[in-house]
Amino acid sequence: MGSKKKGLARGVGVLTWKNLVIFLVTLAAFAIVQALRYLGWINDVYESTLALICVNIILAVSLNLITGFTGQFSLGHAGFMALGAYTCAIVVGYYPTVPGFLIGMLAGGVLAMIFGILIGFPTLRLKGDYLAIATLGMAEIIRVVIQNMNITGGASGLFSNKSMATWPWLFLFTAITILVINNFVKSSRGRACIAIREDEIAAESMGINSTKYKVMAFAIGAFFAGIGGGLYASYFFVIKPTTFSFLMSINILVIVVFGGLGSISGSVISATLLTLLTNFFTISPPVNVFGLFTIDFSRVNMIIYALLLIIIMLFRPKGLMGTTEIGDLFKRQRWRRKSQERVE
Amino acid sequence: MEKFAQQIVNGLSQGSIYALIALGYTMVYGIVKLINFAHGDIYMIGAYVGFAVTTFTRFGHSRFGFIAALVIAMVACAVLGVCIERIAYKPLRNSSRIAVLITAIGVSLFLDYTLMYFVGAGTRSYPPGVLSDRSFTVGGVVIKYQQVIVVLVSIALMILLQFIVKKTKQGKAMRAVSFDKEAAQLMGINVDRTISFTFLLGSALAGAAGVMVGIYFNSIDPLMGMMPGLKAFVAAVFGGIGSIPGAMVGGLSIGVIETLVAGYGGSLYRDAAVFAILILVLIIKPTGLMGKSTGSKV
Repeated sequence: MGSKKKGLARGVGVLTWKNLVIFLVTLAAFAIVQALRYLGWINDVYESTLALICVNIILAVSLNLITGFTGQFSLGHAGFMALGAYTCAIVVGYYPTVPGFLIGMLAGGVLAMIFGILIGFPTLRLKGDYLAIATLGMAEIIRVVIQNMNITGGASGLFSNKSMATWPWLFLFTAITILVINNFVKSSRGRACIAIREDEIAAESMGINSTKYKVMAFAIGAFFAGIGGGLYASYFFVIKPTTFSFLMSINILVIVVFGGLGSISGSVISATLLTLLTNFFTISPPVNVFGLFTIDFSRVNMIIYALLLIIIMLFRPKGLMGTTEIGDLFKRQRWRRKSQERVE
Repeated sequence: MEKFAQQIVNGLSQGSIYALIALGYTMVYGIVKLINFAHGDIYMIGAYVGFAVTTFTRFGHSRFGFIAALVIAMVACAVLGVCIERIAYKPLRNSSRIAVLITAIGVSLFLDYTLMYFVGAGTRSYPPGVLSDRSFTVGGVVIKYQQVIVVLVSIALMILLQFIVKKTKQGKAMRAVSFDKEAAQLMGINVDRTISFTFLLGSALAGAAGVMVGIYFNSIDPLMGMMPGLKAFVAAVFGGIGSIPGAMVGGLSIGVIETLVAGYGGSLYRDAAVFAILILVLIIKPTGLMGKSTGSKV
């Protein structure tokens, strides 16, 4: 207390201890996975799980900006994801090179963002459940239109024979998404969004143009949903209209709510946990319980998932993290330690 | 013109089924402000109960097979609806809306996949002859007896519902709770029981709709509830959520519009048309056709 922080801690631009630690942790996470890959400990199944985790993190964090931070209840994230996925797949189909992939990702993100703005302006006047249903309808319309177009391959979908999104790309895009959304949330615009979530009328009377910030959050969220979709399409070869159904939107929403509405680190943790869990169930062989009966997880995985949802909502409706971030936990502990020292 | 009339007839029978499901949505939304995503799955369970009654019991093969299936499915669904409300929704009465919504989605997935675990994912069809599949022609328009029965049963159930809501004490309690929960409680109304009663009525109607769909379209599967559930919700919003006549009008309109779009070359865009209507309604008149607008309070 009282003494000013010195040197790096005070920060010169982005060069602060905190950012350095975050950078090193990110680099370490990447290096560990990369090392494991070179050692051959990560086989194809694990790698596809990793890819799915990255895609889910991107989708969850971007939806968290809309639903968690701005408080706008959207059930249409799969629609934006579909736009990004199909755009990227079509562009990569024509130019199967790395620049083609990057252009496809960008085009997909931008297209999703344009749709987000177009749909956002009229529908974001709606509140709560009405907005949820309108966005759900929007996503269904996008899916039906994709299903009936020639360039998208109709109901049978698009196939590509080359996976452009390798692990470094996946990691890079995930890191960029988290960085951009985290910085947006902490900027003055992000605070305006949080103010709208807390009380829209109060925010308006403080001079915040609520429509502008809602559409802004919606557009950024849609952009990154498009990026997530593009990565999904490039990694998994096959995309079908049925992939981007109502259930996909629900899955993303569940990740966000499970992690905590308004917590980016919560979304990251819950995307990782839930993806690991569902993948474990799908690939796990039947398990014999004490020789009494066998559970075939691949048959009951959806039942367990549904029960988990109900139980989590009954006992921890705020989600894992609530609105706090991982960093806050350390902060509080340090503060406690200091206050204890002072008492002593 | 004949084709148009034919589409209207088909649309009305489809629409009366949507209307029955939409009534459950609208009553539940009116009273607890919850989009009960599990409602479409209760309808699916109703279809399966009807299937079991007509296929495996002696009733099913008698002349009263249809009535038996209808009544048993309605009772089973009513019990199921009340159980779901008591176990999953009641503890969350004071939680955030999104938590209850996620629970409803959880219940919906649970019903779907638990049933799928036991009966398999394949489609099944009702035994032939539960209802006569003959038809008659009026001025070139083919009308099936099944369609007549679907529409008549729906109308009868809606009149019954209207009677319960308007004329009985329990119905008065329902209207009171949906108008103002706290005030109703102060007047000595048992709010929990009234909410359970609302779920009971809505679920019974969904069960009836399930049996009639099973007979009319003759194909049921564990995931059949999702799309009709969403469309019935659209119908409820279209008519004005919380309004019972609105749900009936909304259901019939959505059914007719959907059949017309499909009949005139847009069968691939049928679902998209329904959702486009929804978005238009929400933008132009968010309270729906018959909904009352309430100003936002500061």
